[in-house]
Amino acid sequence: MSTTHAVEGIDGTLALQQSRPPLSVVHEWLTTVDHKKIGLMYITYALMFLIIGGVEATLMRIQLAVPHNHFVSPQVFNQLFTMHGTTMIFFVAMPIVFGWGNYLVPLMIGARDMAFPRLNAFSFWVSAFAGVLLYFSYLGASGLYAAGSAPDVGWFAYAPLTARVFSPGHSTDYWTLAVFLSGVGSIGTALNFVTTIICMRCKGMKMSRMPLLAWLYLVMSGLVFVTISPLTAAQIMLTMDRYLGSHFFDTQAGGSAVLWMHFFWIFGHPEVYVLILPSFAFINEIVPVFSRKAIFGYPTMVAASVGIGFISTSVWAHHMFSVGMGAAANTFFVFATMVISVPTGMKIFNWLATIWGGKVIFASPMLFCVGFLFQFLIAGLTGIMLGAAPFDWQLTNSYFVVAHFHYVIVGGILFAVFAAFYYWYPKVTGRMMSETLGKWHFWLFVIGFHLTFDFMHIPGLLGMPRRIYTYEAGRGWEGWNIIVSIGAIFQALGLLVFVYNLIQSYFKGKEAGHDPWDAWTLEWSTTSPPPDYNFAVLPTVNSRRPLWDLKHPEDPDSDYE
Amino acid sequence: MRDAATISIAAPQEAPWRLPYRGTVGMVCLIVAESAIFLIFVVAYIFYIGKSLTGPTPAQVLELPIFGTACLLSSSVTVHFAVAALRKGKLRGCTGWLAGTVLLGSIFLITTAREWYHLIYDEGLTIQTNLFGTTYYSLVGLHATHVVVGLVMLLLAFGFSLFGFVTEAHSERLETLSLYWHFVDAVWVVVFTVVYVLGR
Repeated sequence: MSTTHAVEGIDGTLALQQSRPPLSVVHEWLTTVDHKKIGLMYITYALMFLIIGGVEATLMRIQLAVPHNHFVSPQVFNQLFTMHGTTMIFFVAMPIVFGWGNYLVPLMIGARDMAFPRLNAFSFWVSAFAGVLLYFSYLGASGLYAAGSAPDVGWFAYAPLTARVFSPGHSTDYWTLAVFLSGVGSIGTALNFVTTIICMRCKGMKMSRMPLLAWLYLVMSGLVFVTISPLTAAQIMLTMDRYLGSHFFDTQAGGSAVLWMHFFWIFGHPEVYVLILPSFAFINEIVPVFSRKAIFGYPTMVAASVGIGFISTSVWAHHMFSVGMGAAANTFFVFATMVISVPTGMKIFNWLATIWGGKVIFASPMLFCVGFLFQFLIAGLTGIMLGAAPFDWQLTNSYFVVAHFHYVIVGGILFAVFAAFYYWYPKVTGRMMSETLGKWHFWLFVIGFHLTFDFMHIPGLLGMPRRIYTYEAGRGWEGWNIIVSIGAIFQALGLLVFVYNLIQSYFKGKEAGHDPWDAWTLEWSTTSPPPDYNFAVLPTVNSRRPLWDLKHPEDPDSDYE
Repeated sequence: MRDAATISIAAPQEAPWRLPYRGTVGMVCLIVAESAIFLIFVVAYIFYIGKSLTGPTPAQVLELPIFGTACLLSSSVTVHFAVAALRKGKLRGCTGWLAGTVLLGSIFLITTAREWYHLIYDEGLTIQTNLFGTTYYSLVGLHATHVVVGLVMLLLAFGFSLFGFVTEAHSERLETLSLYWHFVDAVWVVVFTVVYVLGR
C-alpha cells in the first residue's frame, strides 16, 4: 500500500506540470539533464535540419531537372551541395541516431538516466550550437564587408581548395568549426553511451542479455571514438593551416593534399557504419516484435556487429582508388571492402530468418523495415561494385556514386529511422501514429525514393559527373534527370505526410497504453510517456525478453538461454 | 556430507550485482578518443619526416629532453602514490604526493617552454618555417595542452586536499584523474620516441 501511495504522489506532481506557465516549461527544457528530454530535443533539432537539407536537395534537383537551367548560379549550387551533405550527415543523421539512443538506451537497460546527465546536456547543446553556426555562415561568413556566403568546398573539403588562397573569407572556417564542435558533442555522447551501457544496467542484465539495440549502440560509440577523433584532429590541422601558417596540407611547402583525403576518409567511411549500426539496432528491435518471434541468432548478431566495427576502420581508402595509391594498397582496400560484406550479409540473413515462419504484422514500422531490407541489400550490392578498384576508376565522382550512397543513407538509414519513429512514438507521446497516414507516407516515400535513386544510377553510368551545376542537352542524361527530379517531389510529399502525422497524432492519436505492440523489452514495461524517473522500481531481468517472461510465466525465455 | 551441506548454504546466495565505476569507464573512453587524435598527429609527423623543403632539420636543432622526460615520468609514480595514500586514508600523504606531482608536471612544462624559446629565438624554427616546424609544434603542443589541462585538474585536487575537502570516499575520483595523467605520460613516451629518437 505504502509503495502505491508514493508512486501516486510523484505522478501527481507530473500532472500538475501540465498547467504551468510557458516560460517555466521552456526553462525546464533548456536546463534539463533528463535523457528523454535531451533525446527528444536531439530528434526535433534533427527533423528541423532534415527539412532544411531536404529543401537544399529539392533546389538542386530543380536546377538539374533540365539541361542549361539557370535556376541557381554555379556559386549557389556549390554552396547547396556542400550544405546539403554537411547538414544531412552531421546535423540530421548523427543527432537523430543519438536522440533515439539517448531516449531508448537507459529505458531498455532498466536505468533511470544516462551515466553522465550533465555531459549529455552539454553534448547536445554543443551539437545544436554547431548546426546554428554552420547556417550563420549565410549571414556572417564574409565578415562585415560583404554579404554572407555559405561554405562551398564540398562536404569532404579536399585540400588545397580549403587553403586561404582558394577559400578566402570565413565560409570554410564556419564549416570547420561547425564540424569540429559537432564532433566534440558526438564524442561526449558516445562516451556517455558506453559508460551507461557498461555501468548502469539493471540487475540481472548481463552483457549477453542486453537488447541488441544496446549492443549496437555500444559498438557504434566505440567506432565514434576512433572515427570522429581523426576528423577532429584534421580540422585542428586545417585551422592551423589557415590561421597559423602551418603547412599540413600546403603542397607548395611540401605538404600533402592526399594526407587530408586519408584523414577525412578515416573518418568518412566508418561514419557510414556509425549511422547504419543504430539503424540495424532499430531493425533488430522491430522485426522480431512484428514477426512475433525472438530474434534469430542473437550471438551471431553481436559478433557480426563487432566484426563490422573492426573491419570498417580499414576500408577508408576505397574512396581514393583514383588517387593512385599503388597496386598493393588498392588490393588491400578492395579486399577489406569485400570482407565487410560478410558480417553485413550475416545480419541480413538473420533478419530474414527472424521473419521466416513468423506471424508477420505489416504495420507501418514493419513496412519501413521491409523497405530497409530490400533497399539496403541493393545499396550493399552497388557498394561491392564500387569496391572493386577497376570499376571504381570508371565510375568514381559520377552520379553512380551519388546514387549508391543515397541508397545507403536514404534507403537504409532513413527508412530504419522512420520505422523507429512509428514504433516508439507511442512510448514517447502515449498516442499511436495514424496507420493510414503511415501507409501514405510509406508508399509515397518508396515511390519517390525509387524514382530518384534507382534512376540516378543511369546518368552516372552514362558519365554524368557529380557536383556539376548544369549539363548540355544531347548526352542522353536529360530524361533520367527529369525522372530523378520528379521522384524528389514524391519524397517531399511523403515527408510532409510524416510531419503532419507526427503533429496530428500528438493531439488526436489513439491512446496507446504502455505496451501497444505486445513487445518484450523493458521500455514497454513503464508508462507512456515514461515518468522522469523511468521506473518506480528498478527492474530485474532473467532473459533477453523480460516482458515475455512476465507475460508467459509458464514458458519463460530464461529456460532456454 | 559436509561438502554437500556447504554447497546447499552457498547456492542460494546470488552473486552481488556489481558494475564498474562509471568514472573509470568514462575516462577510458576519453582516453581512447584522445589516443585517436594523437595518432593522427603522430601519423602526420612520421609521414612528413625528412620531407621539409628547407631547414632547420630535427638533427640540427633538437636535443634529447632527458630532464623534462624524467620529471614527467616520475610524476606518474607520485600521482599513483597519492591515490594509494588516499585509499589508505593517509590524507596528509595524499596532499604531499599531489604537490609533488604538480611540481614535477610544472617542471616538465617549463623545460618544454625553454626548448620552444630556444628553437624560436635561437634556431629560427616556427610553425611556419617548414614541415618539421608544422608537425613538431602541433604534436608537442597538443601534448603540452593536455599537460596543462591535467595540471589544472591536479592543482584543483591539491587545493581541495590542502583545505581538507578530500576524504577516503574520493579515492575513486582521484584515481580517475590519475588515469588521465598516466595517459598524458604514456603519450609523451610515444612523442619522445617519434620526435626525438626516430625523427632525429
